[in-house]
Amino acid sequence: MTDWRSEKMARDARIEAGRVHAQGKVVRGDAVVDLLEAVLKPGDRICLEGDNQKQADCLARGLAACDPTKIHDLHMVQSGIVLPEHLDVFETGIAKRLDYSYSGPQGGRIAKMLYGGQIELGAVHTYLELFARYFVDLTPNVALIAGVSADRDGNLYTGPNTEDTPTVVEATAFKNGVVIAQVNEIVERVPRVDIPGDRIDFVVEADTPFYVEPLFTRDPAAMTETQILIAMMAIKGIYAEYGVRRLNHGIGFGTAAIELLLPTYAEKLGLKGKIATHWALNPHPTLIPAIESGWVKQVHCFGSEVGMDRYIRERSDVFFTGGDGSLRSNRAFCQTAGLYACDMFIGATLQIDLAGHSSTVTQNRVAGFGGAPNMGSDPHGRRHPSDAWMKAGHEAEIVGDPALMRGRKLVVQLVETFGDKLVPTFVEKLDALELAKKTGLQLAPVMIYGDDVTHIVTEEGIANLLLCRNADEREQAIRGVAGYTEVGRGRDRAMVQHLRERGVIRRPEDLGIEPLDADRSLLAAKSIKDLVHWSGGLYEPPARFRNW
Amino acid sequence: METLHFRHSTQKAASGSKPMAITGVVASGNLEVLLERVLPPDACEVAIETPVGGYGDVWEAVVADFVARTQPGGLRISINDGGARPDTVSLRLAQGARLMEASA
Repeated sequence: MTDWRSEKMARDARIEAGRVHAQGKVVRGDAVVDLLEAVLKPGDRICLEGDNQKQADCLARGLAACDPTKIHDLHMVQSGIVLPEHLDVFETGIAKRLDYSYSGPQGGRIAKMLYGGQIELGAVHTYLELFARYFVDLTPNVALIAGVSADRDGNLYTGPNTEDTPTVVEATAFKNGVVIAQVNEIVERVPRVDIPGDRIDFVVEADTPFYVEPLFTRDPAAMTETQILIAMMAIKGIYAEYGVRRLNHGIGFGTAAIELLLPTYAEKLGLKGKIATHWALNPHPTLIPAIESGWVKQVHCFGSEVGMDRYIRERSDVFFTGGDGSLRSNRAFCQTAGLYACDMFIGATLQIDLAGHSSTVTQNRVAGFGGAPNMGSDPHGRRHPSDAWMKAGHEAEIVGDPALMRGRKLVVQLVETFGDKLVPTFVEKLDALELAKKTGLQLAPVMIYGDDVTHIVTEEGIANLLLCRNADEREQAIRGVAGYTEVGRGRDRAMVQHLRERGVIRRPEDLGIEPLDADRSLLAAKSIKDLVHWSGGLYEPPARFRNW
Repeated sequence: METLHFRHSTQKAASGSKPMAITGVVASGNLEVLLERVLPPDACEVAIETPVGGYGDVWEAVVADFVARTQPGGLRISINDGGARPDTVSLRLAQGARLMEASA
């Protein structure tokens, strides 16, 4: 006879084995390894909460310290590969297979390990896609998550960095999995219940507060005139042109420069209230001047940002906050918002090819994607109009019944033609293809496919790919803004001139922008200290950004 | 260290009458540009000292575009490069030409 409850019984057995090392649900910090060795089994699928920012670091250290003869061949499913321990487990054999999304800080090491065959890679996902698979074919057996505090019943307060936690817990707890949470402290009563206690099986008192990566802090002092010029072109040539109100920004310096130009340059252009009012965005410190100047109506966040907590508490008209006053972030919902409720995604990349495909994979770095492939794609399930969306749709579609025309998401790549150390951004062939070949991946890790990209902005100008009518035009439009890279110098000058006359390519002078006006004096804040002043002292930057 | 020399003839003399200007700094990713009005009004010379070798064709293209756009006749331009990217070079050259537009 079929046993329909075998998973449930296996779960009960795991919990019973774990209880030996716990008092009720509470486990002491020094018993983490014992707990994990009791609960985990070889070959398990494990979600170790490594988010974009928040890290279950105590549990990660515990997992890395497990005995590989007892715990081995794990299949790790996690959104971020951020800490060294996330990769250590693959070196010791504790883990074997990996499905993930983002690996910024470990991009160099993960590339080496992929080429060396130490990691069996499933796929590099976009966040929402990985979350979706948690509910279909990558459901975790055990989830190792992080929160600020918990009570003895397991009620969990995540603090402002809720991020992926509700999604991970939902997929694990309701499908016979075990959820282990590390918290900074056990309290009598949590300030806010982010995860109800009956979904948490064990609570570990961590030895140190969990690590949060300050990923979204861009120091205005490091912004260059080129980045300011690019930002000016984007504001005038895209934000104003399409009337983009609802949007998401990437994490680069280019978009941070745009944030700092809203209260100055964009204000002078009379754009206040007409652009950039509603955001799916992490609490970027560089957005503070725009918020304080009344530009920003609403921001929903994927996660929080180090140092922004007090500021957010005092600006609850703008941010989503709980009854306790602190930010409530949620990556799955915010990614959904970025996909369906935003008219534009604008961000940077490391490589763009002649068809507009882009990737952050280079020969020696595999940075992963995070949310970019999701927000940087045109959602074919969207069914509500907006002026920006409809205008982009009109530009793209010249055949067919106008009554059946649908809009287009604006997907803008904001890049400098050369990156660090004179590495060209524009290439004939993406390094991602080489990675796929060498590691036997079925699908090359392309971040944003060319057919989703609508505009490329560089210091040389804007290429509007919506207006390109064939592959040749698209290639020349891209070459036409690729500056002095080999791709740029390989342009057909006559065709580029023709595209410029048609408005497919627009130079700074075509937009009425004098490159020599791109000056740091345009930045609403020129340093982190200026941002602190703008915030009325509420923004508390992390030590590494305090250089005064 | 690589040294590059480019000589162009121009249709016009650089506007303004300032005899000399200097802009930028020799720092990593940046450059210093010295402009002197010492040549015949239909000639322009650019001399470059750069620590990064192998980018001669890029420099040639950047300088040629600058000359075509700005017509800096009469200027001898000396560049002390600190590994600047081409867009930064273009910007500094344009900034230098603007400084020379002032009256003496």
